[in-house]
Amino acid sequence: MHLRLEPRERTPAWLNVALPMMAVSATLVLCSGLIAAAGAEVIPAYAALFAGAFGSTFNTVETVVKAAPLILTGLAVAVAFRAKFWNIGAEGQLLAGAMAAAFIGGIEGLPAWALAPLMIIGGAIAGGLWASVPATLKVRYQVDDVVATLMLNFVIFFAMMALLDGPWKDPLSGYPDSPDIRMDAEFPILWERTRLHMGVALALACAVLVWLLMTRTTLGFAIRAVGENASAAAHAGISVNRVVFITAIISGGLAGLAGVGEVAGMHYQVMASLSPGYGYTGIVIAMLARLNPLGVVPAALFFAAVATGAETMSRKTGVPVFLADIIQGASLICMLVALLFANFRVRVQHAARA
Amino acid sequence: MDVFDQILQAGFFAAMLRVATPLLCATIGEMFSERAGVLNLGIEGIMLLGAMSGFTVAYFSGSLWLGMAAAATSGIIFGALMGILAVTLGLSQHVSGLGVTMLCTGLSFYCYRLIFGQPSQPPNLEPFPSVPIPWLADVPFLGTAFFNHVVLVYLAFALVPLAAWLLYRTPWGLRLRTVGENPQAAAGAGISVAWMRYQALMISGALFGVSGAYFSLAQFNAFTFGVISGRGWVCIALVVLGRWDPWRCALAALLFGAVDALQLRLQSGGVIHLPYQLFLMLPFLMTVVAMAMLSRSARAPAALLLPYRREER
Repeated sequence: MHLRLEPRERTPAWLNVALPMMAVSATLVLCSGLIAAAGAEVIPAYAALFAGAFGSTFNTVETVVKAAPLILTGLAVAVAFRAKFWNIGAEGQLLAGAMAAAFIGGIEGLPAWALAPLMIIGGAIAGGLWASVPATLKVRYQVDDVVATLMLNFVIFFAMMALLDGPWKDPLSGYPDSPDIRMDAEFPILWERTRLHMGVALALACAVLVWLLMTRTTLGFAIRAVGENASAAAHAGISVNRVVFITAIISGGLAGLAGVGEVAGMHYQVMASLSPGYGYTGIVIAMLARLNPLGVVPAALFFAAVATGAETMSRKTGVPVFLADIIQGASLICMLVALLFANFRVRVQHAARA
Repeated sequence: MDVFDQILQAGFFAAMLRVATPLLCATIGEMFSERAGVLNLGIEGIMLLGAMSGFTVAYFSGSLWLGMAAAATSGIIFGALMGILAVTLGLSQHVSGLGVTMLCTGLSFYCYRLIFGQPSQPPNLEPFPSVPIPWLADVPFLGTAFFNHVVLVYLAFALVPLAAWLLYRTPWGLRLRTVGENPQAAAGAGISVAWMRYQALMISGALFGVSGAYFSLAQFNAFTFGVISGRGWVCIALVVLGRWDPWRCALAALLFGAVDALQLRLQSGGVIHLPYQLFLMLPFLMTVVAMAMLSRSARAPAALLLPYRREER
């Protein structure tokens, strides 16, 4: 007997929902062993995790607020991966956007009404510019985008830390943090007495916009064509290099917006702990969403829920909070495996192959 | 002049070797897997897991070498997982690698917290002692610089000629390189592409684990959450700078060690006032620049990042 993978002609639509569900379920089953190892009961632990994420209005809002940067980095990765531009640099592009926003938000001379639009535009441009570096290297010099985008994350992180430790250090606190942005630069709160800020609306709007871009525009078509078959796209008269470059800029811009939201809506400054790996979680989210911009939203909500819920679970049951990190890694791996079912069907062959 | 004063001290060379050792070990590991055609981005997480499992086993057994063995074993297991994902299932290598890193990172933190709780003082142990090499260690200057280290330092540097010999002088090495350059031809010559890649990934995993354990068992005598903090990614950079060759990789690791040792000295000596972050940035920046400059001459293994399926011959 021999198991063989056979490519599918086309992927049935229900798999787009079923596969991430399967991956997440498999992850939760696998992780239940770890919960048991921690001496806790599995079902109550997951219940505590769920309650921590959605149990009250306050918790639900916290989860949604946490999802905002994840939606944006998820979109950034989804767009880039569609064109087979392997951008694992969303983390660095987020920092670029955050720094631009923190800088613009601190300029004294600007009128108050201009601050939010300028921070948003400036942050998107900064993220896009930072992404244009590996894009240029890939297009011009055939430099591998995986390694280049990964390396550049650290370049910008250490550059940021050098600035925060030197010329950009907050003179009031003396910590390696940037000075706070102006009070009137802070994103408005959408719901009284919660942390629900305008950045959340911005993230959701971006999800819809990116979906429209990918499904309803010529550029979106070109991006998908390049990703599916670059040489065929070139034959059809698409300039592959230009499309890759534009995709990278859009991707970086989206990641930059994630940084803008964190600065203008949450922290009001830039510091080392600004992003606990949002850029990398974005990769998991994009894969779980099967690179579909609208699918990014529920996937981001899921990981935001795991992150906020794990704190509660840890307090109530003693299961270490790091279960959230394991869930993230394990669901990425499970989703990758599940994706095989989307592209291939498993056939059992009885006769030995010649 | 002060810079040269610093370089010309035996302590500087000793520090350079100490910094370079774990990086060298992991860089050689990554080189093996990339030479076989698999980019193993599990490196950062597997190193962390090695640091954690090595420390835990050594702490409870009292044997540092048993800790090292545990670190290597955990590395082999997750190297094999990388093989299942990237070789058997043919999934995209960078995404699988990041998945392995995330999983191992989560597992390391989770298990450490589970085993040791949250003590105010992290538990520690007696680290590997320095072993002076008889009579060589007494040579002035050279003795302190090169011949008074923990055993792991000597072993790491013995690894370089061993790796070069394996890669260039044995039939196994030829098979490995063929698999990384032209898997179709390798399969045509009767080589099992999948098995060669599995071997390379397990070797790399073992070396990552040992490299991680060096930090918790020799350099520091405890495990902390930030013990690796990006050094795995540095090794990805060093493989590129070392152009996938054991000798050049060793040189790259030594260069990194030298820059690191020098910046520590210059900072503490108050000689220069450049932000130390710029030094930390250097290997990453150099890699990007080197990749752009070398793009037309030195090439990565041709089949790097490409999954191989027999059906697609």
